[in-house]
Amino acid sequence: MGRFHRHDDGTVHEHDHDDPGHDHDHDHHHHPSHADHWPPHLPDEPLLSEDESRSEQIGDHRGYSTGRERIEVLERIFDENDAAAQANRELLDAAGVKAVNLMSSPGAGKTMLLARTLAALKGKVRCGIIEGDIETALDADRLRGLGAQISLLNTGDGFGGECHLDAPMVARALEGLDLSTIDLLLIENVGNLVCPAEFDVGAHRRAMIASVTEGEDKPLKYPVMFRSVDVVVVNKVDLLPYLDFDIDLFLNNVHSVNPRAGIIETSAKTAEGVGEWIAWLYQLLGIQPT
Amino acid sequence: MHELSLARSIEAIVWRVAGERAVSVVELDVGELRQVVPETLEACWGMLCAGTPLSGSRLEVRRIPGVIHCLECGTETRLGSAPILRCNSCAKQSVEIVSGEEFMVTAVQLEE
Repeated sequence: MGRFHRHDDGTVHEHDHDDPGHDHDHDHHHHPSHADHWPPHLPDEPLLSEDESRSEQIGDHRGYSTGRERIEVLERIFDENDAAAQANRELLDAAGVKAVNLMSSPGAGKTMLLARTLAALKGKVRCGIIEGDIETALDADRLRGLGAQISLLNTGDGFGGECHLDAPMVARALEGLDLSTIDLLLIENVGNLVCPAEFDVGAHRRAMIASVTEGEDKPLKYPVMFRSVDVVVVNKVDLLPYLDFDIDLFLNNVHSVNPRAGIIETSAKTAEGVGEWIAWLYQLLGIQPT
Repeated sequence: MHELSLARSIEAIVWRVAGERAVSVVELDVGELRQVVPETLEACWGMLCAGTPLSGSRLEVRRIPGVIHCLECGTETRLGSAPILRCNSCAKQSVEIVSGEEFMVTAVQLEE
């Protein structure tokens, strides 16, 4: 007789308990979703209670028929990701590695800024890169030969073509790096101003690149991204003479949604301002530039 | 865009809570500061649950307004569609978010 089994990671499958080959090892996974690589240990059991006192306290007037059982849960949906992110951070801390989650829209200049960064830090700071893209190794190829360890993460390859990196994906990518031989990990997220902002991947800082060709209104249109970061790198400033971009209005919009955001103006193409970005990285590393 | 992976996380929680019992409704709190489109989440939920024991269950989303508390004057400001972190009363920006970032499963209703 077949029977459904629920795994801790939420996957479910059916098999026959009378099957002599069945070994009761429920750690295997069949599900091709990314629930697959949630950490094997989940947060403690959710707060379970069959009383409905909280609903009354907070004035929950949603109707439910009293004949039905209602189980109060109160579990944050990001808890699983956040636990995996914390595990990543602990792994990095144990190896003495600082990590930056670098986000932006497609084409803002993440890869070119990273190439500048690797060139500037070569021989001084040992860098690792996690290169997140839906498809292709094009960006990883652009960064080869600059002295960094590179772990490519194609979200189209077994991760359902996700539009963002999440903590379990980064955990997988970390396995492809020798953390004992790097100081700084730069995580190039998937180009997207929406989804990556919602997922902690275990980095110590979050940075985003906004290029001046994208318009002044982007902080108001994508406030969650702009609010999530420690620093906004305003890139392609070499193009300012040719654009109507009002940088003061843009910065005002950034600070409207994130009063604490640091601002670094750069042109990854001409290297203008890149030194300030490098100085920010040195500050994170807690060492003096050499 | 990331609603499908969020639906998978919700599914994991519901399985853990309900086991093999039939679920009718999953109650969620979704803050307005979250980039979650309830309609998209519901569509993803339907796709994900089709053909599983959760088929037929539905999500019931309660939206939680974005509210900031001013650390200067104590005023609470309800955030509008663009979440400008500035006190409505004194225009200072030293504020903290009081609500609107919720994204949680609050309850699971079982079929009789």
